[in-house]
Amino acid sequence: MLDRTEDLLKIENLSKNFAISAGLFAKPFQLRALQDISFTVKRGETLGIVGESGCGKSTLGRCILQLLAPDEGRVLWLGQDITKLPAEEMRQKRRDLQIIFQDPLASLNPRMTVGEIIADPLRTLMPEVDAKGRRERVLRTMEAVGLLPEMINRYPHEFSGGQAQRIGIARALISEPKLIVCDEPVSALDVSIQAQILNLLSDLKDEFGLTLIFISHNLSVVRHVSDRILVLYLGRIVELADGDDLYEDPKHPYTRALLTAVPIPDPKRARQRTIEGLVGEIPSPINQPSGCTFRTRCRYAEERCAQVRPPLDTLSNGRRVACIRWQELDLKPGA
Amino acid sequence: MADVLVVDDLDVTFALHNSEVKAVSDLDFTLAEGETLAVVGESGSGKSQAFLSIMGLLARNGKASGRAMLGDVNLIGMAPDRLDSYRGKDIAMIFQDPMTSLNPTLKVKTQLAEVLVRHQGYTAEKANRAVIEMLERVGIPEPVKRANAYPHELSGGMRQRVMIAMALLCKPKVLIADEPTTALDVTVQAQMLDLFKNLTHDFGTALVLITHDLGVVAGVADRMMVMYGGRCIEKGPTDTLFYDPRHPYTLGLLHSTPHVAKRAKRLDPIQGLPPSLEHLPKGCAFHPRCAFRFERCFEERPPLLPVEDVREKACWYQGELKYEEVA
Repeated sequence: MLDRTEDLLKIENLSKNFAISAGLFAKPFQLRALQDISFTVKRGETLGIVGESGCGKSTLGRCILQLLAPDEGRVLWLGQDITKLPAEEMRQKRRDLQIIFQDPLASLNPRMTVGEIIADPLRTLMPEVDAKGRRERVLRTMEAVGLLPEMINRYPHEFSGGQAQRIGIARALISEPKLIVCDEPVSALDVSIQAQILNLLSDLKDEFGLTLIFISHNLSVVRHVSDRILVLYLGRIVELADGDDLYEDPKHPYTRALLTAVPIPDPKRARQRTIEGLVGEIPSPINQPSGCTFRTRCRYAEERCAQVRPPLDTLSNGRRVACIRWQELDLKPGA
Repeated sequence: MADVLVVDDLDVTFALHNSEVKAVSDLDFTLAEGETLAVVGESGSGKSQAFLSIMGLLARNGKASGRAMLGDVNLIGMAPDRLDSYRGKDIAMIFQDPMTSLNPTLKVKTQLAEVLVRHQGYTAEKANRAVIEMLERVGIPEPVKRANAYPHELSGGMRQRVMIAMALLCKPKVLIADEPTTALDVTVQAQMLDLFKNLTHDFGTALVLITHDLGVVAGVADRMMVMYGGRCIEKGPTDTLFYDPRHPYTLGLLHSTPHVAKRAKRLDPIQGLPPSLEHLPKGCAFHPRCAFRFERCFEERPPLLPVEDVREKACWYQGELKYEEVA
């Protein structure tokens, strides 16, 4: 049995900036992609990360895996900070930490066969496994993700999007990782295929005792797969809660706004519902509003929201919310 | 309500190197004034090609036959220069990615005003005024400032609003929107769907919404048409198809769609993959993936026939659609 109380991954005060060139002689802008992010991921859980484009959700996934170096903060993997590890030691860690990308075809080398693609992580991460062992593992992994053994010598272009995503999943699985970051893994797929891949991920999670970080802009999908959900807005955590709590009783106005905007595949309910459209669009991360960054679009904003940055409060049951008004607002859907 | 578009027997064929592939077969439908019709299907179902053919926008190796009657003119097979007097005026189309549909080198107002000068014979000044009014109408803040911007200076949601404004300038009878909200964030998508609802109501424009997202359909469409393998397999009022689907594929799509308010343990996906149009299965194109198939489905293609007056479906199976029964 998995120990679900153990912190597998702990993120502490993580920040990431990108310098945006403003021209040859001008001082570059700082795009603050992630600011002061802290959370933990427990062994065996699925943590969903949602937010609109530009909120930093993919950057966060890449910072966790050290595909991007964070500017500040620590990423603790089983208690060890991996942000400052030498390259060789980090490579060892990558056996445990894998990623699945959004665009399955673009993330597969078109000149390698399926077998070579899936075996590739083994060559670098587990050089001790010989060619025969690699082939065995490849075939076993292909079976686990629903690929037929005869597909091993084919090339990526011969596959549809859904099949290509199975190849990407097999590649992530082969080193027997503990944690997989799934970055919009089903967004590019057709609805019927999307459901197949979601079911596959949930089966694999049970079978191999995986921990998943599931990044998506699609709240219905995140709700379906996640135990806990983290909501990002302009590079900051605005809410973190158990899936059911978040959907039934959101505490942050942004979470509520996202929830009321999700299309509901049920005509009667869709007609009854009033969409509390958010005013305007997400502000530029280069020039962020003072105080609460969401206040420019928030229907509950008051004067003081412009003055203080809301702290990320911890509620009794461990859920977290960054809104100075959370205690006085009733944001339940339908309220 | 009078029908503004009547499509009859529409076929779309593409010539390949040494073969032909049929992307759309025997498509029939009508579109009434002010109505919203959702066209639902997965990649390769022919949903986009059907409407590109109506707009005369097929790729060069594509050929359409049949009728698409806009009033008393047939748009299929019409010469491009004659089509131009209808396109943008009586029938308009917008696409998923607004950036690729806007000219990056022209200011917003220049490309929008052009439509009015060309179709309505407006003077430049009158056209500019109408453009700014329309930008305001589609919810663009500071329309005068935005009218002077270039497309790259606007956000994705703004650009899609500009496209909608452009499409509506001449108050067309028919607006075809091909996955108009797929590239947008959920909050912007909701704003956009609201906008569509208001505009079709105010202008009496009939809307064709091409999408794969049943959540989008549920909120705005009056009727829906489900396509698979280049054919319509079920069509009828939106509520009827959602609450009582009769085609196994429609049912499968509904079961594959995650619902934000209900957390099911597992989704019930449709097994297998959508067919390639080059190698459509014999009989019913859906039979290899269908849980309800029987011998007849392997051999004979089911015709699209009326069921209980309100809908049509193309399926031999007449029993109740319940997964447990066949398991």
